[in-house]
Amino acid sequence: MEFIKITDVEKVYPTGVTALYGINLRIKKGDFVFIIGASGSGKSTLMKMLYREEKPTQGEIVIGGVRVDKLKNRKIYKLRRKIGIVFQDFKLLPKLTVYENVAFVLEMYGYDKSEVRAKTIKALDLVGLKEKVKSYPDQLSGGEQQRVAIARAIVNAPKLVICDEPTGNLDPDTSLEIMKVLEVINNLGTTVIVVTHDRDIVNKMKKRVILLDKGRLKKDFEKGTYDKNEKH
Amino acid sequence: MIRMRNIRILLKNIRDGLKNVVRNFSLSLASISCITVTLLIVSVALIGSLNVENFTKIIKDDFTIVTYIKTDVDKDGEAKIKSSIQSLDNIESITFDSKHEIAKRMKKESEIFNEIISSWSEEENPLYDTYLVKVVDSSKISQTANNIKKIEGIQMVKYGEGMIDSLISIFNILEKILIVIVISLIVVTAFLIVNTIKITIFSRQEEIEIKRLVGASNFSIKQPFVIEGLFIGIIGSIIPVVATIYGYSFLYEKTGGVIFSQFIRLIKPYPFTFILSGLLIGIGIIVGMFGSSRAVRKYLKI
Repeated sequence: MEFIKITDVEKVYPTGVTALYGINLRIKKGDFVFIIGASGSGKSTLMKMLYREEKPTQGEIVIGGVRVDKLKNRKIYKLRRKIGIVFQDFKLLPKLTVYENVAFVLEMYGYDKSEVRAKTIKALDLVGLKEKVKSYPDQLSGGEQQRVAIARAIVNAPKLVICDEPTGNLDPDTSLEIMKVLEVINNLGTTVIVVTHDRDIVNKMKKRVILLDKGRLKKDFEKGTYDKNEKH
Repeated sequence: MIRMRNIRILLKNIRDGLKNVVRNFSLSLASISCITVTLLIVSVALIGSLNVENFTKIIKDDFTIVTYIKTDVDKDGEAKIKSSIQSLDNIESITFDSKHEIAKRMKKESEIFNEIISSWSEEENPLYDTYLVKVVDSSKISQTANNIKKIEGIQMVKYGEGMIDSLISIFNILEKILIVIVISLIVVTAFLIVNTIKITIFSRQEEIEIKRLVGASNFSIKQPFVIEGLFIGIIGSIIPVVATIYGYSFLYEKTGGVIFSQFIRLIKPYPFTFILSGLLIGIGIIVGMFGSSRAVRKYLKI
């Protein structure tokens, strides 16, 4: 079943720069997809359009039957509640503990205390941080902080997790750990999209790889590897 | 179920709003002192303008045109004069005050008057019968007096001419100036507060961004800030409220409730200062909430 349908999507920024040309892409439910490409190839723009931080200039984006490109600004939050997003710089709130960083999302949605507690602990357990609930972000390593961010992304059981350069700030071993965590989440049925530069990771994971080049979709490998002959 | 959920979110936001005021107190202090200073000035201006309005009202109520009727006018003539006066514009009421009544009152006023007046016979009474005319709009009192003067059978008219005219116009101008000051102060502060809160929110941009990314609706991002604005408004109005209640009562006691002359009576401090305090807290809350709400808008995608 096609969960994400991207049809003839083009993006021109108000500055006149064209970031994407006629992108067509289908992603099935439960897929694990890498999106790779050089800086400026349009990967981040594509991701931003999936969680509706940007709007395509042309074309259609459908996620789980919802026309994301037609979504009104004040309805965006409904989409975001069904999507988990993980960033390179973690984006944790420094004044909140690990537990609070994950729990505040559910509190904001209005879950009651016991539900918040159960779901938060479950998510933190899944990323292996159950022991660190009372720590603050600045007391954690980069890998641990990223795992908190992943726990926050999955705490409301989203259908889709989008990771924009999740290992960009991490060393190779830690990066692989993060990927293992994402694989576990994927195995539970969540669709995972990872934008990355990291050649080793892509090669080791043996998942579908989509290569963007200068705003065009250049290659789409099933169980692909990062082709060493490609420029990126 | 949905109702429970909204109540829970509201309670959480109230808690967060209060927490944020405390947590970012050094920043909140800027907004709080901004509101405090404005409310102090607003309070003084309001006390001024409401009292001036009160003076004007007292004076207006006291204003009467005393119309003296010529001694050769008989009862029919008097009735004619009365209806002529009534047909004029700006007349509120007319009361007849006979020379006998006036003489009686004067007798009571002092021993000397009593002696002199007691020696008059009915016919010898040299006083005039009068009509006491109250006007609707005291600012047009001189015009009305002139019109009355033109009626046949009137000896003369008297009222506190020049002094009263100028006093009323001064009060009117003063009141208008004070109202303009109050309104412009409130508007200016509202913008000042928006900018102060904008600066304090600037440091929390990331928090807002993260909340947006994890699926917070604009409303739920805004709510804690607006509630924070409410608390800032309440805290900012504490000093002005205390100053208003104690300051005004002190002023009232010191002056005995009158300034310059018996004409100018101050409004009694209770419940006046309580109403004023309510007004100040209300202005503080509205300005604080409005300021916060405007300030967050900038960081939201609406």
